Amino acid sequence: MIVNKPIKVVLQIILMALPLFGMAIDPSKEGEQEGEKDFNPAELAMEHVLDAHEWHLADYNGHSYSIPLPVILWDNGLKVFMSSEFEHGHEVVEKGGEHYYIHHEKIYKTDASGTLNMDEEGHPTNEMPLDFSITKNVVSMLISVLLLLLIFIAAARSYKKSQVPKGIAAFMEPIIVFVRDDIAKNNIGEKHYKKFLPYLLTVFFFIWINNLFGLLPIPPGGGANVTGNIAVTMVLAVFTFILTTVYGNKDYWKHIFWMPGVPVAVKPLLAVVEFLGIFTKPFALMIRLFANITAGHIIILSLISLIFIFETEWASIAAIPFVLFMSCIELLVALLQAYIFTLLSALFIGLAVQEHAHGHEQH
Amino acid sequence: MGAIGAGLAVIGAGIGIGLIGGRAMEAIARQPEATSKIQTNMIIAAALVEGAALFAVVVGLIAVNTGAA
Repeated sequence: MIVNKPIKVVLQIILMALPLFGMAIDPSKEGEQEGEKDFNPAELAMEHVLDAHEWHLADYNGHSYSIPLPVILWDNGLKVFMSSEFEHGHEVVEKGGEHYYIHHEKIYKTDASGTLNMDEEGHPTNEMPLDFSITKNVVSMLISVLLLLLIFIAAARSYKKSQVPKGIAAFMEPIIVFVRDDIAKNNIGEKHYKKFLPYLLTVFFFIWINNLFGLLPIPPGGGANVTGNIAVTMVLAVFTFILTTVYGNKDYWKHIFWMPGVPVAVKPLLAVVEFLGIFTKPFALMIRLFANITAGHIIILSLISLIFIFETEWASIAAIPFVLFMSCIELLVALLQAYIFTLLSALFIGLAVQEHAHGHEQH
Repeated sequence: MGAIGAGLAVIGAGIGIGLIGGRAMEAIARQPEATSKIQTNMIIAAALVEGAALFAVVVGLIAVNTGAA
C-alpha cells in the first residue's frame, strides 16, 4: 500500500488529536451505587476554570491527589506556608498568632476553631489577609514564561551565527514577521512601530501559549486556566490602556475632547462619549479574551460530562467526536484570540500615536 | 433568567456571523483572486461579533452565579 502525503497528513492529525480526549478529570464515577457523591458537571467546570491554592491532579478511590503550592499572606507581617497545611480545606492553620481558614479557595482570618460568619447569601464576612500566594495560575504562567524564554532566546541566538535562520528561528521568523508587518506596521505606521513591537510580540505569544496550555489536561503546562481568568486578561488590557494613554499625542487628546470637524453644539456630547470610549475599548479587549477562552473550556468539559451524566460508555460514541471537533475549534480560537488582541492593541496604539497631516477639517 | 439571556444573545451572534460568512462567500465568488484577503477580514469581523455575543454570555454567567445563588 502506498501511503501518499495527504493520507499521512490526515493520520498525523488524528494521532495528534488523540490527547485532546484527556480533558476528563473525574474517573471516580465508575461505581453507580447509592451513597456515591453525585456527579456535578457545573462543579467540575467551575473547578477547572477557577484558580486554586493547590494543583489538583486526580481523584482516586475517594482520595484526591494534588500538588500543594506555597501560600504567601501579608497580614501585619509576611506569612509563608504550604497549602497542604490547609488539608484540602478541613484544617485551620495557625501562624504567628493568627488563624486562617480556606473556603472556596479564599483565605479568611478566623478564630481558633475556624468559624466563618456567613451573610445571607452564604458568603463569609470574615476579614481576609492580603493574598500573594503562588497559586495554580501563577505557576502555569511561570511555566509558559519559561517556555517563551527558551524558545525566543534560542531563536535570537541562532541569528548570531547566520542571517539565514535555522531550527527554531526558522519556525518563528514567519510568525514574527507577520506580527511586525501585518499588525504593527499596518496599524501603527512606519515611524513609531518599532517602539511598540516588543510589547505586541510579547502579548501575542503570551496569549497564544497560555490559550494552548489551557487546553491541555495535565501539568506541567496544562491543567490551569490562565487566560480564562479575568484578572489576567484585565492586566493585559490595562497594559494596552497604559500604552495608549501615555503615548497619546496632542492630536489624540484633541480628537477625544474637542473633535474637529463637528458642529460646536455636538462637541461636548461627543467628548463624553469619546471619554468613555477610552475605557470601554480595553474593557472589551479584556472581556473578549476571557469569555472566549472560558466559554470554550466550559463547552468541552460539559460535553465530556455528558458521558458521566448518562453513566454509560456508549454515550462516548456521540460525545468524543463532538469534543474532538470542539477542540479543533478551540485550537483555532486560541490563535485567533491572540491575533485579535494584538491587532486591536496595535490599532488603539496606532490611533494614539498617529500624526495627521494638518488641514483635515473635513473628516 | 441569565440562561435565557445568554441564549438570546447567541441568536444575535449566529445571525451576525452568518451574514458575515455569506457576504464573504459572495465576495469570493465575484473575485476569487482576493480570497485570502477576504478570508482574513471575515475571520477578524467574526471574532469581533463573537466578542459582543460573549459579553452577554459573561453577564448571563454572572446572573446565574450571583443572582440565583
